[in-house]
Amino acid sequence: MSGQAESAIQGQGRVGKVFGYAAMVAVLAVIAVPLFWIVVTSFKAHDHIYVRPAEYLPIPFTPENYSDVTTRIPFFAYFRNSVIITFFTAGIKIVLGVLSAYALSLLRFPGRGILFVVILAALMVPNQITIISNFALVAQLGWKNTFQGIIIPLAGVAFGTFLMRNQFLSLPHEIIEAARMDGAGPFKLLWRVVMPLSWPTLVAFSLITIVNEWNEYLWPFLMSDDERTAPLQVGLTMLQNNDGVTNWGPVMAGTVLTILPVLILFLVLQRQMIKGLTSGAVKS
Amino acid sequence: MATVLFDEATRKYPKTEVPAVDKVTLEIPDGEFLVLVGPSGCGKSTTLRMLAGLEPVDGGRILIDGHDQAGVRPRDRDIAMVFQSYALYPNMTAFENMAFALRNAKVEKAEVEQRVTEAAKILELEGLLTKKPGQMSGGQRQRVAMGRAIVRQPKVFCMDEPLSNLDAKLRVSTRSQIAQLQRRLGVTTVYVTHDQVEAMTMGHRVAVLKDGKLQQSDTPAKLYDEPVNTFVASFIGSPAITMTRSAVREGEVTIHGLPVSLDRSTLSAARGDVVVGFRPEAWQVVGAGEPGIDVAVDLVESLGSEAFVHGEPARSHDDATVAIGADRVTFKVIGKTDLDVGDTVRIAPIAEQAHVFDAESGMRLR
Ligand SMILES: Nc1ncnc2c1ncn2[C@@H]1O[C@H](COP(=O)(O)OP(=O)(O)O)[C@@H](O)[C@H]1O
Ligand SMILES: [Mg+2]
Repeated sequence: MSGQAESAIQGQGRVGKVFGYAAMVAVLAVIAVPLFWIVVTSFKAHDHIYVRPAEYLPIPFTPENYSDVTTRIPFFAYFRNSVIITFFTAGIKIVLGVLSAYALSLLRFPGRGILFVVILAALMVPNQITIISNFALVAQLGWKNTFQGIIIPLAGVAFGTFLMRNQFLSLPHEIIEAARMDGAGPFKLLWRVVMPLSWPTLVAFSLITIVNEWNEYLWPFLMSDDERTAPLQVGLTMLQNNDGVTNWGPVMAGTVLTILPVLILFLVLQRQMIKGLTSGAVKS
Repeated sequence: MATVLFDEATRKYPKTEVPAVDKVTLEIPDGEFLVLVGPSGCGKSTTLRMLAGLEPVDGGRILIDGHDQAGVRPRDRDIAMVFQSYALYPNMTAFENMAFALRNAKVEKAEVEQRVTEAAKILELEGLLTKKPGQMSGGQRQRVAMGRAIVRQPKVFCMDEPLSNLDAKLRVSTRSQIAQLQRRLGVTTVYVTHDQVEAMTMGHRVAVLKDGKLQQSDTPAKLYDEPVNTFVASFIGSPAITMTRSAVREGEVTIHGLPVSLDRSTLSAARGDVVVGFRPEAWQVVGAGEPGIDVAVDLVESLGSEAFVHGEPARSHDDATVAIGADRVTFKVIGKTDLDVGDTVRIAPIAEQAHVFDAESGMRLR
């Protein structure tokens, strides 16, 4: 390669880098500025929230907002409900997603292609369309204010099926065939060969699912009236309603407490995800 | 211990015009090392995969020990396969890779241990048993893949180009190791390769495949000495045979302008033109006064004990010869040679060693 061409490519790389960083800064601003504002506001005293010019630091430092959250609403009951709903909904979604994807990618049975198209079609229907009929059905069953009323309608899996199916199809055929010839039955094949090879995708899928379920708002809001079954997201609305619109300190404190668990989970699983990715990369 | 019989076995992939494997009939006796060889895309892997049960048989049958394998699942055929990519389980150690099939078959723990240890000893894998494939070299992975096959003590080994991912030197040494191992274990083996040198050095018998059709299955020596058609003649042998097309006139053919008398009874079977092939060792250097072909040397491969000389025949004006493939001649010289690129040398074919084929059908004339 001539020196000129080389420097041209390097130049291109430099321009690319500049754009890359610019994009990152933009994304960071869009995400980080509101987050920063939430955290700062959660430590502000009531009369320091609506002031001009805006105060960028919480002075005086007011951690009382946090204890306020836990006393003014049954915070821990909401938290418990969130954990229950997220655990079961995400759990069902992940298990069903993996199993259905496995069947649709690596097991042979008549009607497999049609079934996959049907599932894809389900993916195309927006949630909002099914919500009214779901509501009517669940109300009829007498499941309002119950966990099953919240969890079961949320546990549809089309996305996971789609994602994991593609992952399974991308695995090297020869390894699957080797396992079949080695006498691995369908579950052993899934558990000992297919899943370990799909770890990074599975972790990513799980993470997305868990975060989604944790942040689910509309359906639990429709289904639950109080702290018996309402998750944190709904609880925060109650907090806001109780206090009127102006007292943002405790609301922001509640928001921070709500974000925290998923943030921690994200950080933990992210490391897993990277570990999975690099251990897969040592192939020839 | 098993015999394998392909009985007009055919495989036609969906949405394709021609069968990938077309009525292959081939009997493999117990304990034989059979090599399936042919150019890329000729259907070797498909044939092997049909035997292993990984590909359906669309026509004909495949029998193991006399039993039709139609509908028998791969896991129930008692066949172990070594894949080109090795297909090791990346999440398992070498030991676990080898023990996987045994554990699935509910073999007792002590016996699993014993069989894996023994295989590891044979394949010199003892130090690697706790390592995962990601931490091994290509040659080590290849040996683990072999180990995974032999611990099962199956009826048949299937190997699909197991050496093609190794570097040249390792390939040569592993080649003889695999052949020795097979002789020692005595397990019927079907080995696929596109490399005719591997085929000739490893197999008891070699089956040559082209476009899904079996051309010839014979011992390496027979394939070399009596190829049934021009394809086999040119595919087997390295450097390749030199072939020219010629008309037949009164027991004579013309090779690059040189009249050569051949066996009349052979030639009488020809309906039209013939193709005449001479292997590198079927030429001799002759003096300038004698009848021969003048060849301008353009490549000399000297191996010390012998040398292969490649060159282009000098054409005379009335030369009606049509060369097959490149218009070149390759001949062998015993011992050292002082021939060099740019030299001209006069050579003549040894008529008794001619391979004669019908030009239209490409079939050998006898
Ligand atoms: N899954 C498949 N679907 C359609 N055609 C295939 C498939 N696998 C192989 N073929 C075709 O069948 C022929 C034989 O392939 P293969 O047995 O892999 O050849 P080889 O192993 O001798 O290189 C090739 O022409 C190839 O393109
Ligand atoms: Mg192949």
